[in-house]
Amino acid sequence: MTQNSAIRLESEIAVIGGGLVGSATAYGLARQGARVLMFDEGDIAYRASRGNFALVWVQSKGLGMPEYATWTKASAEQWSTLAKSLRDDTDIDVAHHQPGGFILCLSEAEMEARINAMRRLHNQPKMVQYPYEVLDHDETKRRLPAIGPDVVGSVFCPLDGHVNSLRLFRALHTAIARLKVDYRPNSPIESIKPDHDGFLINGPWGQARVQKVVLAAGLGNARLAPMVGLHAPVRPSKGQVIVTEKAAPFLHHPMVTVRQTDEGGVMIGDSQEDLGFDTVVTPPVISLMAQRAVRMFPLLAGLNIVRTWSALRVMSPDGFPIYDQSQSCPGAFVVTCHSGVTLAANHTLTLAHHILEGTLPASLEAFSSRRFHVSSAA
Amino acid sequence: MKTIKDVAALSECYDLLVIGAGPAGMAAAATGAEQGLSTLLIDENPAPGGQIYRGITTTPVAAKETLGADYWRGTDLVRDLTASEATYAPETTVWSVGPAAEGPSDPGRMEVGVSVGGAARLIQARQVIAATGALERPFPIPGWTLPGVMTAGGAQIALKTSGLVPDGRVVVAGSGPLLYLLTAQLRAAGAKISVMLDTTPHENWGRAIRYASDFLRSPYLGKGLKLLLGAHRGMRIVRGITAIEADGDSRVRSVRFRHGSKEEELPCDVLLLHQGVVPNINLANAVGCALDWDDDQLTWVPQTDEWYETSVKGFTIAGDGAGIGGAESAALRGRLAALGAGHRLGRLSAKDRDQMAAPVRTELMRAGRGRRFLDVLYRPAKAFRVPKADDTIVCRCEEVTAGKLRETVALGVAGPNQMKSFLRCGMGPCQGRLCGLTVTELIADTRGVSPNEVGGYRLRPPIKPITLGELAALPKTPAAIKAVER
Amino acid sequence: MFRRLPDLGGETVNFTIDGRPATARLGDTVAAALLASGMESCRTTPVSGAPRAPYCMMGVCFECLVTINGIGNRQSCLIPVAEGMAIETQKGARSIASEYSAKGDAA
Ligand SMILES: Cc1cc2nc3c(=O)[nH]c(=O)nc-3n(C[C@H](O)[C@@H](O)[C@H](O)COP(=O)(O)OP(=O)(O)OC[C@H]3O[C@@H](n4cnc5c(N)ncnc54)[C@H](O)[C@@H]3O)c2cc1C
Ligand SMILES: Cc1cc2nc3c(=O)[nH]c(=O)nc-3n(C[C@H](O)[C@H](O)[C@H](O)COP(=O)(O)OP(=O)(O)OC[C@H]3O[C@@H](n4cnc5c(N)ncnc54)[C@H](O)[C@@H]3O)c2cc1C
Ligand code: FES
Repeated sequence: MTQNSAIRLESEIAVIGGGLVGSATAYGLARQGARVLMFDEGDIAYRASRGNFALVWVQSKGLGMPEYATWTKASAEQWSTLAKSLRDDTDIDVAHHQPGGFILCLSEAEMEARINAMRRLHNQPKMVQYPYEVLDHDETKRRLPAIGPDVVGSVFCPLDGHVNSLRLFRALHTAIARLKVDYRPNSPIESIKPDHDGFLINGPWGQARVQKVVLAAGLGNARLAPMVGLHAPVRPSKGQVIVTEKAAPFLHHPMVTVRQTDEGGVMIGDSQEDLGFDTVVTPPVISLMAQRAVRMFPLLAGLNIVRTWSALRVMSPDGFPIYDQSQSCPGAFVVTCHSGVTLAANHTLTLAHHILEGTLPASLEAFSSRRFHVSSAA
Repeated sequence: MKTIKDVAALSECYDLLVIGAGPAGMAAAATGAEQGLSTLLIDENPAPGGQIYRGITTTPVAAKETLGADYWRGTDLVRDLTASEATYAPETTVWSVGPAAEGPSDPGRMEVGVSVGGAARLIQARQVIAATGALERPFPIPGWTLPGVMTAGGAQIALKTSGLVPDGRVVVAGSGPLLYLLTAQLRAAGAKISVMLDTTPHENWGRAIRYASDFLRSPYLGKGLKLLLGAHRGMRIVRGITAIEADGDSRVRSVRFRHGSKEEELPCDVLLLHQGVVPNINLANAVGCALDWDDDQLTWVPQTDEWYETSVKGFTIAGDGAGIGGAESAALRGRLAALGAGHRLGRLSAKDRDQMAAPVRTELMRAGRGRRFLDVLYRPAKAFRVPKADDTIVCRCEEVTAGKLRETVALGVAGPNQMKSFLRCGMGPCQGRLCGLTVTELIADTRGVSPNEVGGYRLRPPIKPITLGELAALPKTPAAIKAVER
Repeated sequence: MFRRLPDLGGETVNFTIDGRPATARLGDTVAAALLASGMESCRTTPVSGAPRAPYCMMGVCFECLVTINGIGNRQSCLIPVAEGMAIETQKGARSIASEYSAKGDAA
């Protein structure tokens, strides 16, 4: 493996990981004129950004950490700015829509649990306020005529929306290419070493010297973070997804588990399983997902499935993002979250700016991984 | 043979489940049943035969010479199958194969998703033989999506099953022994084929010649000569074709082509394309079998052992699905695969298995003689595998062009799976069957690396369409409830 | 595009294409029946609206999709034609909303 290791690179900032988090951050950095190198693995990799459900989702986020609700709401609010910026820079329309979204409940018990969760969420101290509505079957039916009799009720939040997340992925990569980000696929990072005023980054392909480094390697962060005095104990959470053939538009709002894409396909998601790095699609799980979707919208029963997949979410111990700068190696940052679509606007428009400035503001303190040390000491 | 057309009538578990009722599958099922294995043979078509013997029990084409003696040879296989104890499920698709989660654990036990007449079910099999055959290599030229342009094999199917012949001004184009065979059959049936555009590169002759001696001793020689001589009678053949384009509005109206420095345009009502067949690897891919790029056949080929078992225990691939070898070889490989499965199931001792296999292997050697020459000679030209014209559609389903693909490679997209995310190529209903090879070769060509380094699409079940309603009706597990209900 | 060989014999089957009566031979697939009836294209694509017709006849290309007895996107090259079948060509993406309400009305 020494034949290519002659490559020597030099830049201002290196972003490690070319998924949605890395590319959104790199886009933000490059928009402000930074010289950016972005390292990524090859065609086959754990890459949540290829397998997600594409929601820009607000309701239900932040129970246990109200700062996360604030952060999420802010991203949803500036998402159209990101969409416009991408359209201006790349001509790609990422199909961002914010028509409000529903969580549909299929039993009284589910409904009660949902209402309670929303109540607990919004009763938290420091919780940001935003509107949501609890709807019974009839009112849900009035707004979503296609629902079936099994839908007991729903919770609607006008802030929820969705995008075409694959087009988002391509738009971000197209935009950073136009902004001269040096994107290096097939270039895994094996080690990072603090060095003088910066970092030496090594892989089988060669070496790079940079002033700052941003870890955005998804599940790879767990291994990379300790190399620069950071802590990112993320682990995989498996999610299976189904997508159908294209149908004429009939569903004009996203649900948390069913949505129709701008291209016509219906996506059905998404399970949560703790099975390590296993990514096999299992019939019982997708069967239950399909069954619930058909109970929600009986007309779906006749649609043909074209694909299924499973992908790994990047999950921190409490499920909230980790944004941190290393104390022992200033200039090294970690950026990781399990809602990289929703938070893409923040990553590009807000976080990148702080990284360039070299300090994360107090408002992001809650996302520091120090919270895990505290809880493990307790 | 017992025939089942109702998903509920299938047993919970079979010793041997064979997918595909072409020569390989028919031979495998008959051989399996002969050993006393409970054997199920599944095929999506209404009648057995696969591609070569398509419609052999039902064809209305009565004149034996139209389809030729090689076609009617399939009668023996059907007879053996019919006489066997195997169960046959026609009009049934297999949409998934995976390791069985529960039940008695013998290594290699599989769970197979089947669908019949709009109802899906999961059944189990202790051994699975996929005899899913081949499909025609993609032929991406400008205009290949126009109505009136179809594969030559498709026209052959219409002839075999329904006695249809292409009408009006018919042009055939491409390369390979099958192109000549299909053309001869269509002409024998009365199709007026005005011209054949042969895309075989001249250089191939130089490369093939060193394999000629085997070919000269093989039965291919006689058949080939007969076809070539026949082709010259009453049909114009233009060789050394380097570019083809189909033109038209709502359907094909003309075909333009280049040979040497000359360009010609001919009016055309039906354009039939064919440049060889490649293994249909979608199921093998979704099951997770290791695949290798074969640089002679320019396609992915599953890794198999001498009994055609793949890298996935209990999952065997027989016939053209394991590498193109032709119909005779397919049937022989089907038999060997079933002997291997019989041994793994404890039905045959290693000694008996090897003894029964010995004469089959001898025949297989003979049947393979001369193939190498044909493979090398008819290796399709690059211009028809990696389209030069940027506006040529590569992915028919999502209408993604060669130009768009090349542009996206330039962004740093290194392989077909990232490409799929960026452009949706391979994401339509055909699941990459009609673009997978092109996308791999095009990326490899643009990046200047080998197709093996680039890799292929990774696929997941269902590999055949099932509806959400069908999927929804399958059994659930407590683990699934925990994973989904929140 | 296609014609039938003379003197094939066999039983005939009556069906409709977009409401117009047509006949086929028992044993034909729907795709073959459509080709024999002179149909040029069976659908337009949901992506660009381009016309398409059966391409492979063996179930791998998904170009032959049509609506059969009110159900859209059926692979016509794999389905035998049957007496009384109502076959419709498709324009763009399948409309499950109208399929579903038509089914409801019929029930
Ligand atoms: C269109 C076409 C025409 C051909 N014509 C000839 C010819 O005339 N002469 C010749 O020598 N060779 C021909 N070939 C080459 C062919 O590959 C033969 O060598 C031979 O048919 C291979 O036999 P097989 O048993 O491996 O597979 P096949 O004969 O291809 O049989 C595979 C069978 O499996 C079925 N199948 C596949 N997947 C599934 C699934 N998931 N569920 C259920 N069923 C499934 C298919 O429908 C098919 O019936 C043709 C190939 C093609 C593609
Ligand atoms: C099933 C599912 C549904 C989801 N639904 C939604 C949703 O609806 N809305 C939402 O907002 N979010 C959703 N998500 C989450 C979203 O997809 C992720 O938050 C986001 O993709 C994470 O992006 P990432 O860039 O951090 O990680 P990834 O996409 O995993 O990217 C990490 C990248 O780092 C690279 N890498 C790893 N290690 C190294 C190394 N050593 N050197 C170089 N490169 C390396 C990898 O190759 C990869 O490209 C979902 C996720 C899943 C799995
Ligand atoms: S014609 Fe190709 S799938 Fe039917």
